[in-house]
Amino acid sequence: MADIHSEHNSDNGAAQRKQIWKVFYILSILTAVEFLIAFTIPQGTLKVSIFVGMTIVKAFYIVGEFMHLKHEVKSLIWSILIPCIFVVWLLLALMLEGGSIFSLR
Amino acid sequence: MAATATTTDTVQPKMWMGGIEPMKASYGKLMMWFFLISDTFTFSALLVSYGLVRFSYPAYAGEVADFTFSDLYWPIPEKVYEAVPFLHGVELPLVFVGIMTFILIFSSVTMVLAVEAGHRMDRAGVEKYMLWTILGGFTFLGCQAWEWAHFIHGTDTGTVVRELVNGAWVEKTIFGANLVENQYGPPAFADFFFFITGFHGTHVFSGVILNILIFYRSATGFYDRRGHYEMVEKVGLYWHFVDLVWVFVFTFFYLV
Repeated sequence: MADIHSEHNSDNGAAQRKQIWKVFYILSILTAVEFLIAFTIPQGTLKVSIFVGMTIVKAFYIVGEFMHLKHEVKSLIWSILIPCIFVVWLLLALMLEGGSIFSLR
Repeated sequence: MAATATTTDTVQPKMWMGGIEPMKASYGKLMMWFFLISDTFTFSALLVSYGLVRFSYPAYAGEVADFTFSDLYWPIPEKVYEAVPFLHGVELPLVFVGIMTFILIFSSVTMVLAVEAGHRMDRAGVEKYMLWTILGGFTFLGCQAWEWAHFIHGTDTGTVVRELVNGAWVEKTIFGANLVENQYGPPAFADFFFFITGFHGTHVFSGVILNILIFYRSATGFYDRRGHYEMVEKVGLYWHFVDLVWVFVFTFFYLV
């Protein structure tokens, strides 16, 4: 794995720069596809799940490669990820709560 | 021993003052990560409350083509954000916000290239890529200022709303949005727009200030004298986080 933050490479960091641009192309293509989906797929659960899935993939590349978390030690990875899992739970719980406020109005 | 300690200070920035390296990260980097986790909670709180309030309002039920603004249901984002600078009256849904997303992703790439140049102690490279990152940050802020101005001033026709004024229902046309009135939908929609994009914009602004500081310090040779460019990496973490937040704002505010 070409570690984009490792030091003293024999090729003077060329492999790292290649990896950075690869991540940039992935992020750009994903954003372009999101843009297309916004106008081609009708509003509904399918569309929302595609968007959420693509957002998580983008977040994975930004946090994993640009922020280098993928190449940190496991304890650091988990101390960042576990709190975020609770946030996702809160998000889902309160969206359901919002739906029930709507039906009570 | 003293000589070893001095070497450790300059050559291995990861070593903490106790001589160990918790989580194999330097003190500054680990603290930046924990700051970012706390900042994640703040942004999540805003997005979670957006989710709660959005689903407590009725959704627009008709065809997308027949959509009109009303404070009775939550608006479809692509109908709200359809303006692009210099193209007045042309309906280009989500184009401008898409451009803003690209600008921010691009400035994230130049930031990580600056970090990479810093690893090679390549001062000219760090300076070049920091300048691109600063330029990207300012461009994004400019775009956001335009977007806010358009959102506040509203469309040409405005929206007719019924309001209770001094006990009587009156009909009036409102243009644009502020914290109490909103032509695009319920007032809460505009409130969340201002708070979420405003809070993110504040982060971009402080990120640009930090980037300028990093640029100045590398240009004056500060990091060369220190022996490493780790500060670029730490500020880079913050800058990527700002990009990451925008990815989520883009999805949950503009797309869904």
